[in-house]
Formats: sequence, C-alpha cells, structure tokens
Amino acid sequence: MLSQKKFLTAAVAGLLVAGSPAWAAKMLLVNGAGATFPYPIYSKWFSEYAKQNNSVNFNYQSIGSGGGVRQIQAGTVDFGATDAPMTDDEMQKAAGKVLHIPSVMGGVVPVYNLSGSPKLKFTQAALAGIFLGRIKNWNDAALVKENPGLSLPGDPIVVVHRSDGSGTTFVFTDFLAKVSLEWKGRVGAGKSVNWPVGLGGKGNEGVAGLVKQTPNSIGYVELGYATNNNLPFGQVQNREGNFVDCNSQTVTNAAASSLAKMPKDFRVSIVNAPGANSYPISTFTWLLIYQSQADPVKGEAVIAFLKWMLGEGQKYAEPLGYAPLPAEMIQLEEEAIAQIKLP
Amino acid sequence: MRSRVLINRIAFGLTALCALVTVSALFFLLGYIAVHGIGALNWDFFTKLPQPVGETGGGMANAIVGTAKLLLLASAIGIPIGFFGGVYLSEFGHGRLGFAVRYAADVLNGIPSIVMGIFAYVLIVLPMKGFSTLAGGFALGMMMIPIAVRSTEEFLKLVPDSVREAAYALGVHQWKTILFVVIPAAMRGLLTGVLLDLARVAGETAPLLFTALNNRVWSHGWTEPTSSLPVMIYTYAIAPYDDWHRQAWAAALVLMLLVLAVNGGVRLILPKRRIVL
Amino acid sequence: MPRSSCLNWGDRLFRWTCLGFSLLILGLVAGLAGELAWNSRLAFRAFGPSFLWTQTWDPVAEHFGALPFIYGTLVTSAIALVIAIPLGLGTAIFLAELAPPRLSETVGFLVELLAAVPSVIYGLVGVFVLVPAVRQTGLTPHGVGLLTAGIILAVMIVPFITTVSREVLLTVPRSQREAALAIGATHWETVWTAILPYARSGIAGSIFLALARALGETMAVTMVVGNRPEIHASVLEPGYTMAAVLANEFTEATGDLYLHSLIGIGLVLFGITILVNGLARLMLLKLGHSR
Repeated sequence: MLSQKKFLTAAVAGLLVAGSPAWAAKMLLVNGAGATFPYPIYSKWFSEYAKQNNSVNFNYQSIGSGGGVRQIQAGTVDFGATDAPMTDDEMQKAAGKVLHIPSVMGGVVPVYNLSGSPKLKFTQAALAGIFLGRIKNWNDAALVKENPGLSLPGDPIVVVHRSDGSGTTFVFTDFLAKVSLEWKGRVGAGKSVNWPVGLGGKGNEGVAGLVKQTPNSIGYVELGYATNNNLPFGQVQNREGNFVDCNSQTVTNAAASSLAKMPKDFRVSIVNAPGANSYPISTFTWLLIYQSQADPVKGEAVIAFLKWMLGEGQKYAEPLGYAPLPAEMIQLEEEAIAQIKLP
Repeated sequence: MRSRVLINRIAFGLTALCALVTVSALFFLLGYIAVHGIGALNWDFFTKLPQPVGETGGGMANAIVGTAKLLLLASAIGIPIGFFGGVYLSEFGHGRLGFAVRYAADVLNGIPSIVMGIFAYVLIVLPMKGFSTLAGGFALGMMMIPIAVRSTEEFLKLVPDSVREAAYALGVHQWKTILFVVIPAAMRGLLTGVLLDLARVAGETAPLLFTALNNRVWSHGWTEPTSSLPVMIYTYAIAPYDDWHRQAWAAALVLMLLVLAVNGGVRLILPKRRIVL
Repeated sequence: MPRSSCLNWGDRLFRWTCLGFSLLILGLVAGLAGELAWNSRLAFRAFGPSFLWTQTWDPVAEHFGALPFIYGTLVTSAIALVIAIPLGLGTAIFLAELAPPRLSETVGFLVELLAAVPSVIYGLVGVFVLVPAVRQTGLTPHGVGLLTAGIILAVMIVPFITTVSREVLLTVPRSQREAALAIGATHWETVWTAILPYARSGIAGSIFLALARALGETMAVTMVVGNRPEIHASVLEPGYTMAAVLANEFTEATGDLYLHSLIGIGLVLFGITILVNGLARLMLLKLGHSR
C-alpha cells in the first residue's frame, strides 16, 4: 500500500516535472537578490528585457538590502542589490572586489493612514520626534503648527518600521541622524536599528501593507510603493527649510550637488542634500557585481543587461515612481562597467 | 443520581459546543478562502508566469510545479527515514537507544522550520553557492521525519501484541511479521500520519525562504531556485497590492483543494480496518 | 524472540536497516545542535550567559539579548494551549463518544483538514480578519500583538490535539467501557474514569506535539505579532518570538556578531524544545504506557 502510493506520487510528479517547458531547458537563469526599494522597477526591467532577449531570464528576489549584501558576499547569487552602500568592512568579507553600479534613483516618503487622506507637511524635527516616540498623537503641537488648516485627530500615532535589514531603513535613519542629534545618539543609522517605538513590517511591501491596513499609522517607503497603492505621503522639509514633495525632479535635484565630486566607486549618500528644491530623503540604489566574473556566459549576460539598463531601461523609471540617472552618471558608469573582467 | 445525570448532560453539552466551535472555525476558514479565492481562479492562474511587480494579471504556474517538485523530494528523504525509525522504535526500541531516538525525533519536531532552513542553508546552499530546489527539498524532508517517526510508532504500538504473537506462534520470522502482519494492521493510521505529514509540510514557507528562495520564472532541474505556492502566498499576502492579495487567496484555495483531494482520495482507496478487542 | 531467528539474515538485515535510520535521526539532531552551537559561539563569548536575560536588541551598537524573544515565544504558546486544550479535547471526546459514527468520521475528517491548512493561510486570515477584529475591541490601536498571535496559534494546534486524541479514544478497548458501565457509571463518568485515563499517554502526547508546533511556528506569528523586541505586561502589545526574528533577520545579518546572536537565539529555541520534550517524556513515563 505504501509503495503503491509512492509510485502514484512519483508518477504524477514525474509528469509535472516533465511537463515543465522543455524548450526553455537551455535558457540561462541569472539570479539576484536584495533591496525591496527598487523591486518594482527591477521586475519591470527584467520582464521587458526578456521580451527583447529571450535567451536569458533574470530572477530577482526582494529580500532586503541586508540580504543582498549578505548573499553576494557568500556568492549564492549572481548579483546583489542594495540602497545602502557596502561598508569597507562588508566589502572585505566578499570573495572578491565588488562593484557598486547605480541603477536608478528614488526617494523615501513618510506614508500614513488618516481619514480624509490629508496632505501633511513634516518638519525634520517632527519626523524625528514621531519615530523617537516623543510625538505621540496626531494632534501634537509640532504637527499642528505646520498643518494649520487640517483637523488632525487626537488618536495615538502607530509607527511602522522595517523588521528586516533594509537599505530603505538605512536611508531614512541616515536622514534622521543627520537632522536630529538625539536620533544620532540614541538610535543611529543602519540597515537594522533599535527602533524606540513601532511595529515591524517585512520589506517595503510589508510596511506599505501594514500602513494601508492600520488606521492612524505612519511608515516610510519608497515613493513607488506609496503611489502604486494610493497611500497618502507627506512633504518633508529640506535643508533650506522648504517643504518639498517627492517626485522624479526633486530627487534628481538632490543628486545634482553630488555629481561634481562623485567617488569612483559610486558609494555616496545624497540624503539632506543642498538645493532649494531638493528632496531631502533621496538615494541612489546600487547593483552589486563582482569585478571578476566567474562564469563567462553569465558575466556577458549581466554586462549586456547593464548596458540596456543605462540606456533604454531609464525610461521606465519615472512612471513607476523613480528618477532616472543623470547623464553624467551614465557616462561614468559605462566606464565602470568596462572594468568587469570575464574569465 | 439526578445530579450525576445532569453532569452527564452538561459535560457532553460542553463537548458538543467545543466541536461546534472547532468546526465553525474550519468552515469560516474554508469559506473565507473559497469566497476570496474563487474570483481569482482562472486559466491564467494555472498557466501564466507572474507579471512585473505592481501590474495586474499573470499567474502562478511555476509555483505549482515548484511545490510538486519540492514535495516529491521531501517525501523521498523524510518518509523512509521516519518510517524505518518508527518501526525501530515500535518493534525493537525499548531500551536506552530507543529512548534517545524517540527523544531526538521529538526534538526535531519542535525545531522551528526556520532553523531547518538555516541548517539546509549552511549544509547545501553555501557549498553549492546557490539556492536550489535540492536545498528546499532537504529542509522539508527533515521536517517530515519526526511526524513520520511518531505516527508510525504510535500506530504500530496500537496493534496489540496478540497479533504479533499469533504470527510468531505460526513460525513467521520477525521481519515478515512486522512487514506483512503488523504494518497492514496499522495501515490506516500510518497513512493518516503520512498524509498529515505531507499536508503540514506542503504549506511550509519559512524553510524555503533561504533554501529554494523564489523564482519569478520557470525553474529547471533541481539546482535552481524555485517558486512555490506557500512562498508566493506569503510574498503576496504582506504586500500592499490588491491584485496580489487576490492571487494569494487563489493560491491558498488551490493548495487547500490539492490537500483535500489527497486526503479524501486516500480515504476512498483504503479499506477501513480498525483493531477492536 | 526465539533463538533461531537470531541467526536469521532477514531479521538481522531488517533490524540493522531500522537501526541505521534511527541512528541517522540521532546524527541529524546532533549535527544540527553542533552547527547551532558552533555558529553562535561569538555571541556567547561576547555576552556570556547574560545573553539570555538581556532585553536589548541593538544591531547598530552590536548589543544583543534574547529575553524579549524567549518571553514572546513562551507567552504566545501558553495562550495557545490555554485555548486549544479544552477546545481540542472536548471536540475529540464529542467525536469519539457522542457523535454517531458517520458524523464522527465526517467531522473527524474535517478537523484533519484544519491541520492541512498551511500556516501562511492562517497568517493571511489573521491579518485580514483577526487583527482588525482585535482592533475593533478598542483595547489596542493596532490589533497586532502577543494575544493575536496566541489565538492564531490556538486555532492551528487544536486539530493536532483533536485528531490524535480521537484516534486514541476510539482504540480504547470496549472492555474498559463495559467495565465502567457495568458498575453503573453514566456515560460521562465512563469517559472520565475509565476511558480518558487509559488514553492518557496518547492524549498527553498529542498535547506536547501541539506545543512543539506552537513553539516553532514562524509565518503566521510573524504576520500578526508586531515584530517588536520588547517585553510588556500586557499581551495586547506587539512582541516578537524567537522563530519570527530568525525569519525576518537571518538573510540579512551582516556582521558576525549579529549573525551569531541570531543563531544563538536558534540555539536557545532548540534548548527550550529539549526542555519541553524532556518534561513530556517524564510525564509519559510517570503515567505509564498502556498496551
């Protein structure tokens, strides 16, 4: 009886396995994992690229920037992705030299769930205060001051943060650390921090999901997640004191000042950048690729994709809530890509 | 006398209430999944690959095949080990070694699925330098062992010694007694155990998170990352996209119908033989 | 065993095969324990045993302590058992004793089905139904927390208790039942005094099986527990369990101390499981096996 059942199971599964598209058996699969921040645009890119080039498939998994860094260090994926550039320590631990290739830019916005979906303005101090747990209710004086016309409820603020190791967290906490001494001393910046208050959601998706479902909550996500899910997001005060909306233009403005002294390895933070109309929580997001590729076929496929990404790929950025790379960057990156060595 | 009858009635009334609550929970669950899942079930769901993030449409064809492959591998690993372990414990293991093995199986049972995933990651993913169906199948197989051991042992133990002794008295060797007399007597229970085992493991997500990872496209052979229904459900469930929620419910429905079919099918095929004294 | 079968190759081969697989099980557990211990040594070297009762979990300052997770795991499991044992046992008694055979079969099958529901689906329904429901009670603004996780766990482990207990109750020999009835016991008294004690070890086994499941449950819990490494007196506050933190932070822990601390938590969970199982074994030895 037992052997009969096993035979049946084997037969059925065998049919299923055999039934997998056999013609695709020769197709190359390139695996990558990392940041959830650019996941929507990466998945769009890979889908469009596959239409034009059906000999290779890219499989990208959004497990968080920390995961992207860890897995590329271990060599279990062909490329990683992160919005927090690898530290020198982290680069030491990798099996070889890792190149940071900026793929696109984006901004982190404060999303919230309030009845009426008002458009709120957040000062730098207010954001820090909310996430520190000092500002506990929506109708706190600090929030009302900048948002006089709106009647904010007296309900407690439910803070939502990331539960996984996140580049988005890094960018957001980097910003908070730069604008709030208390935040810097008490919490600091990093992919995973000791949050003073709040619930944890997994990935940009998890935070957006939690905020969407929890009334009176506030969280931080990449712009695309806010717009694609009709989540209201607030304007943030920048270095010059202006309240700026996050969009492709304001993010690009934030990058402008860093172009002059762009480091060779592209590891730079554009958080709290100067500029009257710069969005203060902007960032590049990077693909992590080993300079010396182990597999010639995969290496070539990756290089070909990178070139496409810097060219045609950039036009998909804005509709999805990201900002395309400035032309100067693209030039520099093409030079960097030329350094990738195939065996 | 009257108070004893009253207690009798109240006690059984309470148990009936318990049964009602349990069954209601089940119907609520099934109903909720059915209502939300049916709408999203269409031909695309079974035949198409996932669409880019944020876009509606697409399906989970790769996840369905992936789950089948993972379960096949897991059974191949978990059932033999668990079954023979259970036979050992029931028929031979009455000493200290038996105690140790029983204990080990219980420990294995209590290990969170995520720790199995870590073990498989360290043992298979790191040396192989890649996520794969193999690693996922191994993690799931390890999880099948303890339940297989325990249920095999429990149901073999329920077969009374008199049955064994009858066979010995007729001169049948021990191994033949076990294989052809004791095991068939406990077959219904054993199969229930195997099915519950498969059912539990079919929906496991955590051990797959960093062994089989996930795959937005087809996975070929056993050494590539693969999509699977439970991982897709989790990924889609915690995301904010409504279309993904719909697909998650559909996948949940499919997974459940699959398990229902397996459970129900075995009940039909197997003749009912219960030992009654 | 008659002496002649000691020389029987068939018996020997069979016995060796079974023994081999059993030793493999021991080997796997030992290997697992070894891996966990080896890969968490840095954490214990850095923090010592205070790792177990430190409350901080700070990846930036690299200061880690496992207490919030231990607390969360124990509390959610306790809540789950408190709900699931009476519910599950009550259902099993009803199915085994009161329900007509056809109803018992059907409902028994349906309860098995409950066990078949994958944990993510419990999580799914938890997120969309239970969390808002808890929020509606007005006791908490967010709805996630230890209590919510405990309730979900209870629903998940009831079928384990019911299914196994029902099977065990059904195989209690008629003689036990008849003996009690013969001296004038009511049906319930028969169950309470003659049947349940006979089935004690099976029922206890089912409860510990259920507990083991509750301790290690990851997905459904991480979707509703709030993912917050803090200890509060109220079970309505968000919390964190050992399994949930592993799921969320393992793939990402850069930094050896961080990774070793996480695996240290895995080791602690492993340790708690051994403790629970030890108690289970002790209980079963005391109650005695009835064959």
